[in-house]
Amino acid sequence: MISIQNLSKQYNGVSVLDIEHLEIPQGQAIGLVGNNGAGKTTLFSLLLDLIQANSGHIESNGVRVDKSEEWKPFTSAFVDESFLIGYLTPEEYFYFIGELRGLNKADVDAVMAKYMDFFNGEAIGQKKYLRDLSKGNQKKVGIVASLIGNPKVIILDEPFANLDPSTQIRLKNIIKDLANDPEVTVLVSSHDLIHVTEVAQRVVLLEKGKVVKDIVKTAGTFHELESYFKGISENYQEEE
Amino acid sequence: MLKYFLSLEWKSFLRSAAFKQNLAIKIILGFFAFIILLEFIGLGAGSYFILEEFIEDGKINAGNPFEVINKFLIFWFVVDLVFRYAMQKMPVANIKPLLYLPFTKGKIVKYALGKTVFSFFTLLPAMFFIPFSIVLLVKGYDVAGVISWHLAMLGITLSLNFLNIFINNKDVVFYPVAAIMGVFAITQYYGIFDITIYTQPVFEFFYNNAWSFVLPIGSAVFFGWYAYKYFKGQLYLDAGLKSKVKEAKTEDLSFLDRFGKISTYLKNDIKLIKRNKRARTTFIMGFLFVFYGFFFMNDIYEQINGMKIFAGLFCTGGFLFSFGGLVPSWDSSYYKLMMSQNIPYREFLLSKWWLMVICTAVSFLICTFYLYFGLDWWLAMVCGAIYNIGFNSSVVLWGGAYVKTPIDLTSNKKAFGDSKAFNAKTLLMLIPKLILPIVIYYAFGLTISESAGFIAIAVTGILGLLFRNKIFEIIEGLYKEEKYDTIAAYAQKN
Repeated sequence: MISIQNLSKQYNGVSVLDIEHLEIPQGQAIGLVGNNGAGKTTLFSLLLDLIQANSGHIESNGVRVDKSEEWKPFTSAFVDESFLIGYLTPEEYFYFIGELRGLNKADVDAVMAKYMDFFNGEAIGQKKYLRDLSKGNQKKVGIVASLIGNPKVIILDEPFANLDPSTQIRLKNIIKDLANDPEVTVLVSSHDLIHVTEVAQRVVLLEKGKVVKDIVKTAGTFHELESYFKGISENYQEEE
Repeated sequence: MLKYFLSLEWKSFLRSAAFKQNLAIKIILGFFAFIILLEFIGLGAGSYFILEEFIEDGKINAGNPFEVINKFLIFWFVVDLVFRYAMQKMPVANIKPLLYLPFTKGKIVKYALGKTVFSFFTLLPAMFFIPFSIVLLVKGYDVAGVISWHLAMLGITLSLNFLNIFINNKDVVFYPVAAIMGVFAITQYYGIFDITIYTQPVFEFFYNNAWSFVLPIGSAVFFGWYAYKYFKGQLYLDAGLKSKVKEAKTEDLSFLDRFGKISTYLKNDIKLIKRNKRARTTFIMGFLFVFYGFFFMNDIYEQINGMKIFAGLFCTGGFLFSFGGLVPSWDSSYYKLMMSQNIPYREFLLSKWWLMVICTAVSFLICTFYLYFGLDWWLAMVCGAIYNIGFNSSVVLWGGAYVKTPIDLTSNKKAFGDSKAFNAKTLLMLIPKLILPIVIYYAFGLTISESAGFIAIAVTGILGLLFRNKIFEIIEGLYKEEKYDTIAAYAQKN
């Protein structure tokens, strides 16, 4: 589904992303982990053609994302609050996204009803604009909006951050459902190793822009990741 | 402790977005600020002599220049208050991080209030009143009287400054008052009703009674004290420091569905205008341009048809220039969404185009009243409207490809002009927007006939409409080319 070739991105001569080759088959749920500055958000921005690569390219379902806009109908994302339109109510925002994806009002209502428990009685029906919602509720709206219109590629950057514990559990179930759908490719980044290893079928570990681990999830994945990050922290202490 | 406050202030000034521009723009901006200050000083020093000359020539009917100034002071202070209301923000923005630090609340409030006293809005009047008072003294006016008058002006200016702090955001009070004063100004101009008959003696009173300055100074002290109390009580995150939350209202805009796919964006743009302060201000200002023609309605311009064309372009295109000139920045806060959602560039641009066309058409309908002033005027409006719809609507979008200033929708701060929105390319766009039609008019108007000039402009507009899709192809390419730069620029917070 997604194929990355010799992709690199530099800022002021400093490499922030350098991926020789990465292949993500359709239907896979990928978890992206790495410390701050590892290149997770850069990779997502490149996937969405929001920034330009210095070399290489990404193909999504055979479409080169920097050459054509054809990837837009089957791709959706929630990266940060700049994906929200602050002066709309959550409902209006969902209808807007729905219309863009060719759904009518009833279709969108059905999606909203499906995720009603995810909102836990908040955000929807509050007579509030998105800009006045709390960070957590904004995030919930952004995540649900990215599920509207049956997209084939879903990109979620740090979806667990800022969410309350119950919502985190619900979100994990939602992502697991998507992961089980052979049509849908999911990319999720997180700092929480437990969450990632729980929802993803494959984990890619980025470090300073490079892929250092690419593992199919097994029972030992969590400990493998944990000891890796522990190692980085200990190495750093020794150097000092 | 003041030392820390001052150093904070200095850093926030030096590191503000306005300063992070290239050197050339910094120099130009600094130059303009300097010129404005110089102008006010010049006005203060020179107005006495200018008015004196007018009185001698019999252009103004008054005893002496001081009387004239006192007569119009009421409007000076109204304008002062209006500008403060529109542009001076309550200085709470930088207070939050200070709250939990070991400062007493009183100190924080004094610091914030002190900031308003030494702001540009207080400095500017001083630049006028100080030289003017000096001239009065030189001219042999009573020393005690002038000093009293001057202190009174200072007192009123400061009172307005503090008053503005607690009437801030009370639109219900403010707009009616401003409207009434506007009506007074108009009736004054047409000699129907003269409010200054009642206000002039008040200002003269301060000069004639040397003790009387204590009244305005007293009122400044009172308002200052009241502002201090008010502010101190508001110094909680859930009181004065909270940004206001309005109840969301949803409206049914489904009648727009007839526009097909574009309706999705149109509906959004209407909500954008209705629900955001900055967009609303721009929208209203755009329509106020309908009255722009009145500026040209005096003897000097009456015979110059080129000026009428100019008026026609502005009257019908106010919205187009003010709102359209900032596309795509209106969507800057969620530009990443627009760029990654299922939105082809063409549709995005077309919806903005339709919005401008509709608003230009509405402006034109309002402009029908120019018929009253003569057919020439109305024809200029017709030409202006056709040219705006056919040609300028595309040119404005073209220029938009180079607009990279993020807009803070909720704040009115920069509604009266954003220095960063001006760059060489957007300035170049003025040529086809405003100068070209005038050239066309004279090219045909002088060689063939005036009507030929009018027709030529309209034809150019229609040609623009016919080739719209071709022009849009070019524009689309430009937007794609600039896409990454624009996204990066919008991601920077002010």
